[in-house]
Amino acid sequence: MMGGEPLDSGDSAAPADTAPPTDGATEAELRARIDTLQERIDDLESAVETDDAEAPKKLTIIATQGTFDMAYPPLILASTAAAFGWDVVVFHTFWGLDILHEEKSKTLKLSAVGNPNMPMPNALAALPGMDRMATYMMEKRIADNGTATIEELIELSLDSGVDLQVCGMTADLMGYEAADFYDGVTLDVGAATALQHMAESDVQLLV
Amino acid sequence: MSTNYDITKTLDVTGESCPMPVIKTKSATDELAEGEVLEVLATDAGSMSDIEGWAAGTAGVELLDQIEADDVYKHYVRKTA
Repeated sequence: MMGGEPLDSGDSAAPADTAPPTDGATEAELRARIDTLQERIDDLESAVETDDAEAPKKLTIIATQGTFDMAYPPLILASTAAAFGWDVVVFHTFWGLDILHEEKSKTLKLSAVGNPNMPMPNALAALPGMDRMATYMMEKRIADNGTATIEELIELSLDSGVDLQVCGMTADLMGYEAADFYDGVTLDVGAATALQHMAESDVQLLV
Repeated sequence: MSTNYDITKTLDVTGESCPMPVIKTKSATDELAEGEVLEVLATDAGSMSDIEGWAAGTAGVELLDQIEADDVYKHYVRKTA
């Protein structure tokens, strides 16, 4: 460097004992600020720990389907999440209401038509009695496999504190009465409530 | 099997499949006192990862051991709180 002060002389590098700018605050004021900040950090850290360790996770499922096969996923996930200590809400709407309908839940059908897993063409699947046969075959497999029935999973979910909700509007649409549903379900729930549960949840699913 | 813990109670869920082993394990654990150990007998292979995951995500339980022998999966869970 020619002329003037060399840029990186020992003098211009900040020595360890140089105080940072203080905005004219006294040392006591700065210490007070540090204490305030430290308290704030402690508060935030404990809030984060509480979130991680203590607040249970929440799962909200929207169940819209009422076929035999589509009744299983929401019920299995809901009852398992409850075993994990999660808060669980299942909002049943449209055909999903049939899962909570005490009579209909026992006669849910597997649809043979349009089901790519059926070992028969649609022309055959559409014949009378085919849905019943497909359902019978599936029920037999479920019994052989030791898989719980839909009724058992509903009882289990209710016993473990899962909030099984009936959409009020679609229940009216389907002509279902309050007495048609299992005891312990939550009746007359609306879309706004469902959205609120979804917003509060860590996991949201539409089945 | 090297057990350095006493089994308080045994839960037999052989023949039952997902999600029953983990759900019944949870219920049975709820009934234990602190320090007691539950033995779970299952035939569902999925119970290995399900019970492991449940124990990891659940406060107050400790998975002591998981053993597969003769198509039976044995799980040992201690209640810690």
